[in-house]
Amino acid sequence: MTETLVDGLYREGAPILDTTAPTGPIEQRWSERTFSARLVNPANRRKLKVIIIGTGLAGASAGATLGEAGYQVTSFCYQDSPRRAHSIAAQGGINASKNYRNDGDSTYRLFYDTIKGGDFRSRESNVYRLAELSGNIIDQCVAQGVPFAREYGGLLDNRSFGGVQVSRTFYARGQTGQQLLLGAYQALERQISAGTVAMYTRHEMLELVVIDGRARGVIVRDMVTGQIETHLADAVVLATGGYSNVFFLSTNAMGCNATAIWRAHRQGALFANPCYTQIHPTCIPVSGEYQSKLTLMSESLRNDGRIWVPAAKADARDPREIPEDQRDYYLERTYPAFGNLVPRDIASRAAKKVCDEGRGVGPTGLGVYLDFADSIQRLGKETVIARYGNLFDMYQRITGEDPYEVPMRIYPAVHYTMGGLWVDYDLQSNLPGLFVVGEANFSDHGANRLGASALMQGLADGYFVLPNTINDYLAAGPYKAVDDDDPAVAQAVGTVRSRIATFLVAQGTRSVDSFHKELGQIMWEYCGMERTEEGLRHAIGRIRALRASFRADVRVLGEAEELNQSLEKAGRVADFMELAELMCIDALHRRESCGGHFRAESQTSAGEALRDDERFAYVAAWQWTGDANPPTLRKEDLHYDYVELKQRSYT
Amino acid sequence: MATTTAAARVRKARRTSVGLKLAMAITGGLFVLYVLAHMYGNLKVFSGQEAFDGYAHHLRELGEPLLPYSGFLWVMRIGLVVALVVHVWAAVSLWRRANHARSTRYVKFRPVQATWSSRTMRWGGVALLLFVIFHLLQFTTMTIQVGGSFDSPYDRVVAAFSTWYILAIYVLSMLALGMHLRHGIWSAVQTLGWSTRRREPAIKRTALVIALIIVVGFLVPPIAIFLGVLE
Amino acid sequence: MRITLNVWRQQNAQAPGRIVSYPRQDVSPEMSFLELLDVLNEDLIAQGDEPIAFDHDCREGICGQCGVMIDGVAHGPQRITTCQLHMRSFADGDTITVEPWRADPFPVIKDLVVDRRALDRIISSGGYVSVNTGSAPDAHATPLPKENADRAFEAAACIGCGACVAACPNASAMLFTAAKVTHLGELPQGQPERAARVVSMLDSHDAEGFGGCTNIGECAAVCPAGVPLDTISQLNVDLLGALSPRRPG
Repeated sequence: MTETLVDGLYREGAPILDTTAPTGPIEQRWSERTFSARLVNPANRRKLKVIIIGTGLAGASAGATLGEAGYQVTSFCYQDSPRRAHSIAAQGGINASKNYRNDGDSTYRLFYDTIKGGDFRSRESNVYRLAELSGNIIDQCVAQGVPFAREYGGLLDNRSFGGVQVSRTFYARGQTGQQLLLGAYQALERQISAGTVAMYTRHEMLELVVIDGRARGVIVRDMVTGQIETHLADAVVLATGGYSNVFFLSTNAMGCNATAIWRAHRQGALFANPCYTQIHPTCIPVSGEYQSKLTLMSESLRNDGRIWVPAAKADARDPREIPEDQRDYYLERTYPAFGNLVPRDIASRAAKKVCDEGRGVGPTGLGVYLDFADSIQRLGKETVIARYGNLFDMYQRITGEDPYEVPMRIYPAVHYTMGGLWVDYDLQSNLPGLFVVGEANFSDHGANRLGASALMQGLADGYFVLPNTINDYLAAGPYKAVDDDDPAVAQAVGTVRSRIATFLVAQGTRSVDSFHKELGQIMWEYCGMERTEEGLRHAIGRIRALRASFRADVRVLGEAEELNQSLEKAGRVADFMELAELMCIDALHRRESCGGHFRAESQTSAGEALRDDERFAYVAAWQWTGDANPPTLRKEDLHYDYVELKQRSYT
Repeated sequence: MATTTAAARVRKARRTSVGLKLAMAITGGLFVLYVLAHMYGNLKVFSGQEAFDGYAHHLRELGEPLLPYSGFLWVMRIGLVVALVVHVWAAVSLWRRANHARSTRYVKFRPVQATWSSRTMRWGGVALLLFVIFHLLQFTTMTIQVGGSFDSPYDRVVAAFSTWYILAIYVLSMLALGMHLRHGIWSAVQTLGWSTRRREPAIKRTALVIALIIVVGFLVPPIAIFLGVLE
Repeated sequence: MRITLNVWRQQNAQAPGRIVSYPRQDVSPEMSFLELLDVLNEDLIAQGDEPIAFDHDCREGICGQCGVMIDGVAHGPQRITTCQLHMRSFADGDTITVEPWRADPFPVIKDLVVDRRALDRIISSGGYVSVNTGSAPDAHATPLPKENADRAFEAAACIGCGACVAACPNASAMLFTAAKVTHLGELPQGQPERAARVVSMLDSHDAEGFGGCTNIGECAAVCPAGVPLDTISQLNVDLLGALSPRRPG
């Protein structure tokens, strides 16, 4: 480790290696790994406990599968039912290289598209495995009874999705995530009834228990009674999703949080690529101060809608009265080849740019028009209803405006975080016994995730990858028996209790939400769609000040030993603040633009993201070194043996 | 999941709340058929005293000589009583179940779909039960005699319905029956699983029509009597 | 807009509850109903009063976590989830009564928050296809007519919010149960366990203490996911089938 501070913010440590990834031909790596992984005798599985935090696609599928295998699984979720995890809100679909369309799809093509879509910042081995398993996921889900859309012949329907030229997306109307999650949830409930899975709802993980360098359990809070409980096991799996709520306003559910992964990070787990966030261009804009969350509108709208703003600043006329020559169809103007269908990050940045110029529309000036007038004229209203009816209804419910008459207003919103805890090919973090699956890990999407890939990754991890790798770790045991009297447990419980006490005794003047909103504004402004050296430094200073102010001035009413929603939020927001700082440091150190990370200093003359493969073709894995110490950066170099590194171009 | 035997499954299935509903639907269906037949008999009153009394007598001879005198009637009565016991027992069970399912009431509750008919099934059912007892005491056991004692059923009916309060009791009871049937018929059809979204409006309309026919069919003779059309 | 919220406050499951009135002067019609509760809570915190506890999560109508009785109707005056309801659905000067779902199988935890785990237990008793991971045939092995797939989807759209129970005069969870029975019963994968499933799920439904269905139809009328009432008819058919000892499953 270098002793000198880089940029005054972090130190650089030893590089990190993924030692579990096989190195043979890419198409053999997964079978090689499943063969080399040690197995646990079925009779011994009953004696092994696995804790799973989170019941989204990854957590529920892992819980069900490990339960079926015969392990003793203990599963936790903060919602009142495992079925409510935010995977449920995914609309579009799930990719699989089934090639049912005979349109030239293959494992290799899905692999290639995902690597390229991730802007060459993900691992080849992991992504190939993901593509390889994609077909099994569809088979499994159909067998569970997931009602995917079908054609009249009775076979599964497919549609195409952004960034690819084949039709490989399976879907269930606009509720694919819901149906897939219910499939996994039902499989989980089956194991609960079989007694292999113990389910704890309304329980929140507040600390990871590490004993002798291994993850051995968790400290959770029963959110109904406020009791602090200790659960110990042979391995811990985190499936807690992403951290978009660091921005306060995002398309995530209100309760989504980073506490589990952040507490694990503080216990030694590396946090990889925290700055990689995906901002989705088509969301319903903020309507006022009270706004609590943002709603995504499917990207498919851009197929037929035209995006524009008035050519003049602060033009407050009714959009229908603005003549053609006073409108600026800025995407069509700037990117004639792709027009309104440029990738998510480009569309998002362009919208921000025109709004920053003062040409944004709507009451807040933060919105652009998505106009269907031309399509309605060209295709007829019936066709538009058939294609987008449900989305138009949703828009109307939220805004009270009729999008068949008035152009929709849209604005980008934070949607997904590609970063997460660092894991090896086995999905194990650098802390032995701690596994991380789904959006909570960093592994497969690089710097940008393609549409319909999140569901694929969550289920691949939970159904197929983890159940075939965790056995290698468990078979190496048995690990020494631990109990609640272990000093490490006492210490973890102590940390949790004192943190809760800190929030309650502060007795300040500001609510938790007011801090969260302020944090969100800082992050959106300086660590959002466009990041600059100056802005990020400014943000780091403000976040530090905000953290200090939070400690002193937060007001949390009520008691620890009851249902206390302010207290729950206080813990989450405190963790978000620490994570926010790390995101800014990561964004600052990565002086290139790639995928969802756009550094204003690194762009082509045409204003496009400019990667710097010479200096930045690595995974930035950050190590926690203590509250008062700067983090340590450990690099994992990325190698591309099967895909050629290329610069994206959409002009 | 399926670890029980078919026999155990059938036993378990019978005990479910849907099993109770099925019992109500089937017995309710029998009542509807009976009531329609009863109404047909009542309308015989318009054919004159001889025909009406003859019909009443004929009912007692039905099935002879295979059955003894009044045998058919007794079979029917026993059948109806059993059906009634099952119907009431199931209703009470479901009622109690519903009360236990919500022991704290809403401060404010506003139904958006329920009809008056569906909301009054239980108390309406109680009212009908009381009416049936009264009706049996009046015309079967003849414990309650209004307007004198007669051998001819026709005379009994005419004397009874010439009294205003008897007419009033019957009018109210038949309206209660109509309401009970309007929801009951639809409910039975749905419980027996014959309803689909497409058929639902037609089933509900049919239930209403049958209920109306029964109300009108039962009320025409008493009103005609009261107005002096029949005497 | 001026709106008065009459909100049920209850400290915990044991404590008695009562309605507390909160007049608001500054309600924007563009706010969602839950955002009004957020704003109210911020003010309560500023005054040193405990904020109102209410369940919510995705705030886009799909997770099923939110749900309160709004003026006597589950999820309020429109057939959408509470989180999708906006204040423009009310008139200036309205007084709105807000209560938790009321059903004994849904005990109140605090204020507007109730415990709906009974619904999970119904699913746990049989609301699935018994297929282990990895044992699935190819997805195209069994074609399924589109009509069945659509019908299955319609029933599977249930979000498990519990509004059907809250609205039912009998506090029955029949629509919830029927939605799952119908979803899986429409699919070839669901056939082997069809008879056993309906019996186990109904048995669990009754054991949880939900009321019986009397076909009133309040459930489907408030269901934000649009689960149709005839799924209950289909459940009844399945139960009739299960009464036959010859039926497999």
